[in-house]
Amino acid sequence: MAQAVAPRVHVEEHPTSTGLNTRKVLMWAFLASDCMFFGSLIGTYLVYRGRTLISPTPIEIFDIPYTSVSAFALLMSSLAMVLALAAIQRGDIRGLKIWLLTTAGLGLVFVGGQIYEFTTFGHEGLNLSSSIFGSTFFVLTGFHGAHVSLGIAWLLSLFVLAWRGQMSQARSLDVEIAGLYWHFVDIVWIIIFTVVYLIPI
Amino acid sequence: MATVTAPSVPRHGILARPVAPTGVWSWLTTVDAKRIGILYGSTAFVFFLVGGIEALLMRTQLIQPSSTLVGPGAFNALFTMHGTTMIFLVVMPLSAAFFNYIVPLQIGARDVAFPRLNAFSYWVFLAGAILMHLGFFLGTVPDMGWFAYANLTSPAFSPSRGVDFWVVGLQVLGVASMAAGLNFLVTIIQLRAPGMSLMRMPLFTWVTLVTSILIVLAFPVITVALIELMFDRLFGTNFFNAPASGNPILWQHLFWVFAHPEVYILILPAMGIVSEIVPVFSRKPLFGYPFMVYAVVSIAFLSFTVWAHHMFTTGLGPIATSFFTASTMLIAVPTGVKIFNWISTVHGGSLSLKPPALFALGFVAMFTIGGLSGVMHAAPPVDTQQQDTYFIVAHLHYVLFGGSIFGLFGGIYYWLPKVTGRLLHEGLGKLHFWLMFIGFNLTFGPQHFLGVDGMPRRVFTYSPEMGWGFWNLVSTIGAYVLGVATLVFIINAIKTLRSGDRAGDDPRDGRTLEWSTSSPPAHYNFATIPTVHSRDAFWVQKHPDFGAHDLPAGAGATALSAADIPTHGNPGDGHEHDHGAIHLPDPSYWPLAAGLGIFVAGSGILFFLPLLPVGLFVLVVSVYGWSLEPVNG
Amino acid sequence: MISNARLSLRVALLTLVVVLLTGCTQWADSSLPQTTVFPLSDVARYIQNLYELIFWMAVVVFVGVEGFLLYAIIRFRRRREDEMPAQTHGNTRLEIAWTVLPSIVLLVIAIPTIPTIFAQDAIPPTASQRIKVIGHQWWWEFQYPDLGVVTANEFHLPLGETARLDLESADVVHSFWVPRVGGKMDVVPTRTNHLWFTPEKEGEFYGQCVEFCGTQHANMRVRLFVESRESFDKWVRLQRENAAAPTAGPAQQGAELFQRSACIGCHTIRGTNARAVAGPDLTHVGGRKTLAAGILDNTPENLKKWIRDPQEIKVGSKMPNLGLSDQDAGLLAAYLQSLR
Repeated sequence: MAQAVAPRVHVEEHPTSTGLNTRKVLMWAFLASDCMFFGSLIGTYLVYRGRTLISPTPIEIFDIPYTSVSAFALLMSSLAMVLALAAIQRGDIRGLKIWLLTTAGLGLVFVGGQIYEFTTFGHEGLNLSSSIFGSTFFVLTGFHGAHVSLGIAWLLSLFVLAWRGQMSQARSLDVEIAGLYWHFVDIVWIIIFTVVYLIPI
Repeated sequence: MATVTAPSVPRHGILARPVAPTGVWSWLTTVDAKRIGILYGSTAFVFFLVGGIEALLMRTQLIQPSSTLVGPGAFNALFTMHGTTMIFLVVMPLSAAFFNYIVPLQIGARDVAFPRLNAFSYWVFLAGAILMHLGFFLGTVPDMGWFAYANLTSPAFSPSRGVDFWVVGLQVLGVASMAAGLNFLVTIIQLRAPGMSLMRMPLFTWVTLVTSILIVLAFPVITVALIELMFDRLFGTNFFNAPASGNPILWQHLFWVFAHPEVYILILPAMGIVSEIVPVFSRKPLFGYPFMVYAVVSIAFLSFTVWAHHMFTTGLGPIATSFFTASTMLIAVPTGVKIFNWISTVHGGSLSLKPPALFALGFVAMFTIGGLSGVMHAAPPVDTQQQDTYFIVAHLHYVLFGGSIFGLFGGIYYWLPKVTGRLLHEGLGKLHFWLMFIGFNLTFGPQHFLGVDGMPRRVFTYSPEMGWGFWNLVSTIGAYVLGVATLVFIINAIKTLRSGDRAGDDPRDGRTLEWSTSSPPAHYNFATIPTVHSRDAFWVQKHPDFGAHDLPAGAGATALSAADIPTHGNPGDGHEHDHGAIHLPDPSYWPLAAGLGIFVAGSGILFFLPLLPVGLFVLVVSVYGWSLEPVNG
Repeated sequence: MISNARLSLRVALLTLVVVLLTGCTQWADSSLPQTTVFPLSDVARYIQNLYELIFWMAVVVFVGVEGFLLYAIIRFRRRREDEMPAQTHGNTRLEIAWTVLPSIVLLVIAIPTIPTIFAQDAIPPTASQRIKVIGHQWWWEFQYPDLGVVTANEFHLPLGETARLDLESADVVHSFWVPRVGGKMDVVPTRTNHLWFTPEKEGEFYGQCVEFCGTQHANMRVRLFVESRESFDKWVRLQRENAAAPTAGPAQQGAELFQRSACIGCHTIRGTNARAVAGPDLTHVGGRKTLAAGILDNTPENLKKWIRDPQEIKVGSKMPNLGLSDQDAGLLAAYLQSLR
C-alpha cells in the first residue's frame, strides 16, 4: 500500500553470491579500469621521456622540495581518510566530520600546490603545447589533479550529509567506498611523483 | 502472498521518482534491464541498416574499375563510418541487448546490480551515436578511417571537423561501454541465484562476464588515446605531432592495445550465443563445458598480448615481431578448442536445423575460415604481402560478419520469442539464412582472391589493367544479395510482431533459466528466486531420467528447487521462498538527464564551447540527483 | 522438409566450391600486375615459400574441420521428434588432443616463420643499390644518393643486384609496396624504415601505397623497372644530366612559360631556375611512362589535361588548378614532354 514516507536512506544489503558488498565490488572494478587509464598516460609519458627538444626540460624546471611538500600533504590526507572511516565505523559522527574535512583540506592543499606549480611552469615557458614534455606532463598530472578534485567534491558532499545529520554508523560503507577511491588516487600520485619527478633521465 | 509493492516514496518534490508504467515517459525513465535491452537492440538494428547502406554504396562504386559514382572524399567517409558504425553502433549494442535481457534471467536475478547505471549506459550510447553523426549535417564527416591513424588526424593534415566528431562521439560511446561493462561484471559476480556457482553459469553468462572484464580493462586505453588526439587537435599538444618529435606509432600502439581486445569483445558474445543454441538444438549438453570456459578466459587474457600483429609492417624490429607472432599463434589454440567442442556437441545429438541452429552452425563454418586466414596473417613475412589488402578485409568480415553477425542473428531467432512471446516465421527465417549465407560468401569469399591479386584496401577506385574487375563485380552482387536477405528478415520481424505464432514459455525445451519464465517474462522476472543445484538446472529438472553431470547423488536431490518451475512465473502461486514482497527498482529521470548533460557537453566541444560547462553542470546536477533520490527498498 | 534442407545445403556447398575453384584458377594467372604469389625476387620467394606451407596446412585443416562439421550435421539430423540422445558432457582426452595437436601444427608454422622474419629484416651487406624513398601525399620521391639521381613515382634497378630502400615520410604515414618483389613496409614520419630485395627478372612492376594516407591514397602508385646493368647505367647517366633546353617551337615557348609560372614554386628542373622540392622532380619527366603517380599514361594529351586541371583528374591533390588557358597548358606539356 502506498504511504507517504520521508525519503528513506537505502541501507538494506541483499545477500550476494560472494558475500561482498555490491557497491564495493563496483568501486574495485572501476579502480581496475582507472589503473589502465593512468597506466596508458604514464606509458605515454615514459615513451617520450628524454626526447623533448625544447626547453625547459624536466631537470631544469622541477622543484623537487616544493612538490615533495604537496605530495606529503596528499599522503597525509590518506591517513586522515583512514581516521574518518574509523570514526564513522564506531559511530563517531563528529570525528567523521573533522577527518573528512581534514582529508578534503589536505587534498585542496595538494591541488592548490599543483595549480601554483603549473602557473609557475607556464611563466617559465612550459605549457601544454610548448613541447612534447609539456604535453605529456600536463595531461598526465592534469588528469590526476582532476581525479583528486572529483574526490574532494565527493568528500565534501559526504561532509555536508554528515553536517545535516544524515550520516550514521549504518552508512559507513559510503565512506569506505570514497576512501577506496581516495587511496587509489594517492597511490597513483606516488607512482607519478616517482616516475616523473624523482627518477632522473 | 507475494506482492509487488508500489513505490513508497514521495511523488512530489524534485527528487520524487517517476511512476508511470506505460507510455513514452516510462521508456525514457525505465531502469528495467529488459526494456533497456529492447532499446539497445532496436537502435542497433537501425544502425545495422545505416552501416549496410554505407557498405552497398562502397561496393557499388567498386563494381567496376575507374568508376566515378562515388568520389574519394565520399568513399573515404563511407569506409570510416561503415567500420565505426558496425563495430560500435551495431555489434556492441546488439550484444548489449542480449546482456541486458537474457543475463539476469539466466542467473536467476530480477535485474542488474545497478539499474540506473544500466539506463545511463543506453542514453549515453545514444548520445554518442548521435554526436558522431552530427557532422553529416554540416558536410564534415569523419573520413580518416575507423582506426584514425596519426598523424593523418593531426590538425595539419585533417583540418576539417570530421575527425572531431569521431573523437568526441567515440569518447562518449566509451563512457557508455564502460558503464555497461562495470555493471554486468558486478551483476554476474554478485547477483547469481543461490547455488549457481561460476561453473554452473550458462556459457552466455560466462561470456558476458569475460567480455565485461575486457571492456573495463581495454576502454580506458582508447580513452587515453582519444584524449591525446583531442588535445592535439584542440589545444595544440604534441602527442602525435611529428615536427615536435611526437611519434605517430604511439597512436597505433595505444589504439591496438584497445582494439585487439575490442575484436574479442565483438566476437565473444556471439560465441556465447552459439554455445547456447547448439546444445538446445542438438538436445545435448555443451560438449566440454569446463574447457569452453577455460578457452574463453584464456582468449580474453591472451587478447592483451597480441596487439602489435596489426603493426607488423611498421618496423617493430624482428624480436618484437617474433614475440607477437608467438602470442598470436597461441591465441588460435583456445579458439580451435571452442570450434571442436561445438561440433562435438552436434555429434551424437539430435539436431534440429531451425533458423537459430542454422545461424549458429553457419557461425562455426564461417568463423573457421576467418580463423584460418587469421593464422596466415599471423606469420609476419606473409603478412607483409597481405596487410592492408582485401585479404584482410576478407578475414575481418569472415570473423565479424560470418562470426558475430551470424551469431547475433542466431540469438535474435533464438530469443526473440522469449522477448515478444511470438515465434519468428520459420520458412522466412530459413530463407533469410540461406540468402545471407550465399550473399555473404559471394561478397567476401572473392575478396581473398582480390587480396592475393594485390588489391589494397581503402581505395575508392582501381585501374582496369589490374585485373580486379571480375571479383569486384561478384563481390558487389553478393552485397546486394545480402541486402535482399536483410529485407527478408525485416519482413519476417514485422510479420511476427503483428501476427506471429505464440511461442509459449519454453518452445524448444531450453536448458537455461530464462526458459522457465513466461514469454515475455513478468517485469520482475521470477516470482521466487530459484535455487540451482547443477548446470543446466532447468533442463535437468525437466528430464530427471537423464541425470546431471554435477548433481549430488541422493534421494530427493533436485536440480532446481521445486517451487521454481511455475507455469507462469506469477506471484500468488503459493510458493514463497522470498522474504516478503518483490521489490523492484523504481524508474528514474537522472540517467536520462545525465546522458543529456553528456550530449550537451559533447556538442559544446564540437560546436559552441559555452555549451561544455552547461552540459557538465547538467551532468553534475544529475549525479547529485541520482545519488540523493530516494532508493526504494 | 528434410530433403528441402538437404537440397539447400548442397546448393550452398556447391556455390562455395564453385567460387573457391574458380578462385583457384587464379593461381595460374601470373599476369596480374600486383599479384602477391608469383615472386620475382629473393625476399618475395622466402615469403611465398612460407605462404605455401601455411596455405596447404590451412587447406587440410579447413577440409578436416568443415568436413567434421558437415558430417555431424548430416549424420545427427533429428529423425524423430521425440528422440533424446545420450547426454555426453565431454571427453578430457579429446580436449587434450585437440589442444596439443593444433599447438604442434602452429609450431610447425612458427618454426620457419621466425627465421624468415629475421631474414626479411636483415639487410645484406652486399646490398649495392641504395635508394631513399620519400612518401608524400600522394606521390613517391626516389633519390639515389650514391648516384646523384632524383626522380619521382618510377624507379629503376639493375637485375640481380640487391637493393636497399630507406623509407621516409614527408608528411603522414604511407606504406611502400611492390608485391612482385617483396612485402610492404610502412613509411612513417620521424623514423626511417628499411626494405631490401634482389630482383630476379627484368620487367615492369606495379606497386602502390598501402596505408591510408588521405584523399588520394588510391592514386599513389609506383612503377619499378628492372633492367640489365647496361640499360640501368644508361638510365642513370640520363637522369644525372641537366634538363634539355629546347631551342625552338612550342617546347621552347613552354620552357619560358614554365619559368614565369607558379610551376617553379613546387618543382625542380635541374639546369633551370626551378629548384623547389614540394612537388616531383620534373627534370626528366618526359621519359617516364606514367604521370600523376602512376594513374595516367604519359601522353601529350594526358599531360596537357593534367596541367590544365589537376583537380579534375586527382581531386584533392596538392597541385592546384592554375587557371591556365588551353594553349598555355599545351605549351607546357610540349616542354615537359621534351624533357627525356
